[in-house]
Amino acid sequence: MAAEKQKTLASNHKVGTVIGTGIFVILCAFIAFPLLAGLMASFRPGRELVQNGLAINFDFSTMTLDNYKYLFGLSGGTSKVDSAKYFMWYKNSLILTILTVVLTLLVCYFIAYGLTMYKFKLQGFLFFLVIATMCVPFEILMLPLYQEVTALGIINSRAGVILPGLCGASTIFFFRQYMQSLPKELLDAARIDGCTEYGISVKIMMPITKPAFASMAILCAMGSWNNMLWPMLVFRDTSKFTLQIGLNTLLTPYGNNYDLLIAGSMFGIIPILIIYLIFQRYLIDGMTAGAVKG
Amino acid sequence: MNKFKKIFYSQKMAPYVFVLPFILSLIIFWAYPLVSGIIMSFQDISFGGREFVGTAHYVKLAHDKFFTTAVLNSVEYMLLTLVLLIPIPLMLAVLMESRLTKAKGVWKVIMYIPALTSVVISGMLFRMMFSEAAGSQMNQLMTWLGRTPIAWLKTKGTAWVALLLLCMWRWTGVNMLYFLSGLKSIDTSIYESADIDGANAVQKFWYLTLPLIKPTTIYVITISVYAGLSMFLESFMLWNGNSSPKNIGLTIVGYLYKRGIEKNDLGYACAVGMVLMIIALAINVIQLIATGTFKKED
Repeated sequence: MAAEKQKTLASNHKVGTVIGTGIFVILCAFIAFPLLAGLMASFRPGRELVQNGLAINFDFSTMTLDNYKYLFGLSGGTSKVDSAKYFMWYKNSLILTILTVVLTLLVCYFIAYGLTMYKFKLQGFLFFLVIATMCVPFEILMLPLYQEVTALGIINSRAGVILPGLCGASTIFFFRQYMQSLPKELLDAARIDGCTEYGISVKIMMPITKPAFASMAILCAMGSWNNMLWPMLVFRDTSKFTLQIGLNTLLTPYGNNYDLLIAGSMFGIIPILIIYLIFQRYLIDGMTAGAVKG
Repeated sequence: MNKFKKIFYSQKMAPYVFVLPFILSLIIFWAYPLVSGIIMSFQDISFGGREFVGTAHYVKLAHDKFFTTAVLNSVEYMLLTLVLLIPIPLMLAVLMESRLTKAKGVWKVIMYIPALTSVVISGMLFRMMFSEAAGSQMNQLMTWLGRTPIAWLKTKGTAWVALLLLCMWRWTGVNMLYFLSGLKSIDTSIYESADIDGANAVQKFWYLTLPLIKPTTIYVITISVYAGLSMFLESFMLWNGNSSPKNIGLTIVGYLYKRGIEKNDLGYACAVGMVLMIIALAINVIQLIATGTFKKED
């Protein structure tokens, strides 16, 4: 009797596993679908995309590398000019992303260090302000900020894009969450050894906070690479556009740029996808920092 | 000079040096634009200068048909995303945590990928999949179901299917990861003692899991409320610009952008922004009271 019950339980579990795993297989197929369709379309003339819309099409015989040849400036005509433009946007995005990540992480790290490792008068109030900045959607500040940035003379420059978002509240918040779990005794030991306050923050604490840096780096890189609204307002010259703004300018009703658009879009996902696949285990820690403690 | 150096390096002074960039950034890039936004919402701003017009913009907003449409669209979008993007990712997270799912790592990695694609790229892909051409993915589906192809993005009902699917496509995986981290923080011995008491799976979910991941749920609701209310780029990309047929895709931020950037009517646009802030804060406060966050529970 008991053995039989064991058997049905085991087979129930098997059926459950097939259903449970099956749900995720189907879901992931749906998730991959638009990207796969886009990838396939990037090997077909852009004209077709405008005329027929986007759909999965397994007819490999009609696929060509023409769009990518055009993207890399290998097909003559306007190809060279368009290719140069595209890779200029690409380069702009890369530089902007790297600068944003490095500066944001450093600044936020030191702010969080000050907020977490010391006891001082304004501490509680300042932390409240960090939270308060999160409660105002950026879109509300956008227009006055645009005026301010113009008045400061940093419109149409990288500084205009980077500076307003430099002290990102969520980044400070995450670093603080992480540092709170670290032992403060280390600081006193270093002080006795004659290390200055600033020396401690760089030489002692920074190496221990490496995992936090990794997870914030990828979140910040993603945000910056894909950021669109604010850079669209700040950058005015085509030569300064980021990839996202540039791709958006290709979306004309005439559909004459779709060769470049579809190949360029697919090629534009690559850097962030690579970073993601390398750092994905840190990412999950990073994005869930605020969720557990509420 | 030496004295200054001593103060600078003292343990008392150090925290203030560390947080100085935050204070500066707070004043320059947060408090100043916020206050000037509030002031601008009471002004008429043109090239000639600024003129105080009192509450005129707000009175005009109350009678502005487009603004009403925008507010209704934004609120509706927010509510629908809450309905779609809270229960489904939660269920998926519970399923992912259970012993029933194999190869968990693979699914987690894939489900996050849509969030990596920019709105420009994902919006373009969805616009093309929902194109009115007979060959588009959705119209192929219609043909397969024995119906005629339709212009998906031209009427609200079908266009919002595209809009919401785009939103679900991008955020289901992200919200699931939030819930997963919440589930991970629950002590599993609670479930073991529930097993001994003979609780079934539904009871365990309802009486243990749900109350225990409340902080995570509140967090996800809060960010969804803000993201839903300030949605703009998704609509901007899906309709290839800031105008949609009969304004079916017009949102509050879309209207703010239209008045402020496209028509250069900054004062009026700032008033739109202020209304958005009031709605967002009001919903946030109601939500926090409803979920009992203000009650001290040490």
